[in-house]
Amino acid sequence: MGLVIAFWILAIVGIVSAIGVVMLRNVFHAALSLVMCFLTIAGLYITLSADFLAAVQILVYVGAISVLIILAIMMTRNVQRGNPFNKMIIPAFIIVAVFLGVMIYTVTSTPWQISSIPPVEPTTSGLAARLFGKSGFVLPVVIGATLLLSAIVGAIVLAREK
Amino acid sequence: MTLGLEHYLVLSAILFSIGLFGALTKRNAVIMLMCIELMLNAVNITLVAFSRYIVPELLTGQVFAIFIMVVAAAEVAVGLAIILAIYRGLVDIDITKINIMKW
Repeated sequence: MGLVIAFWILAIVGIVSAIGVVMLRNVFHAALSLVMCFLTIAGLYITLSADFLAAVQILVYVGAISVLIILAIMMTRNVQRGNPFNKMIIPAFIIVAVFLGVMIYTVTSTPWQISSIPPVEPTTSGLAARLFGKSGFVLPVVIGATLLLSAIVGAIVLAREK
Repeated sequence: MTLGLEHYLVLSAILFSIGLFGALTKRNAVIMLMCIELMLNAVNITLVAFSRYIVPELLTGQVFAIFIMVVAAAEVAVGLAIILAIYRGLVDIDITKINIMKW
């Protein structure tokens, strides 16, 4: 019962802060609203018994990516009223409404095969076995490391003063 | 009343739609990147919910969510570097005005 209450609070706060990202006029307030949305998503991972992912979500998104975004906001102009819409707002709204309707209809009408096994807790050792163990995801981990390295080098090259 | 898979999937669809709406309609490039991050997080919720409810002993969805986080971190780093480079050249990050590559 506590899980249900936690889910509904997190869902409502998450949706409101996601709407705040789109609707707030001040870009800095929108970034803070995004941080709030990331925090509620970390809480949702905890309700899904994914404890390691919740910690990674707080470390990576709330810690690193939000700082990066706020830094980019500080280095560009027009913070106060810098969040305007373009001219495509009505077609975009129609497209998004149709997409959301199709998604909700599909999700609620599909008979999902729910497993009755209780989830593993804690997930850290299981995730390590899946990532680095035999018949695991070793090659994608190495490719991910290479991708991060090349992204760092690319970001430095792009943002460097000539 | 208990929590089902559909609750998480519908919540994820709503968050994805809000992110998609923002990415389609915003004129500030930083806000557009923030909306793309929102969409990636919504997909992560879907993967973790599937992993929890359909194959809870395999943890495959959580592994995929970790890889999505890696790609999102790389994407936001390169994207913000591109935005700073554009801002240095054009002194504006309004996407509707960045059309120097348009034929």
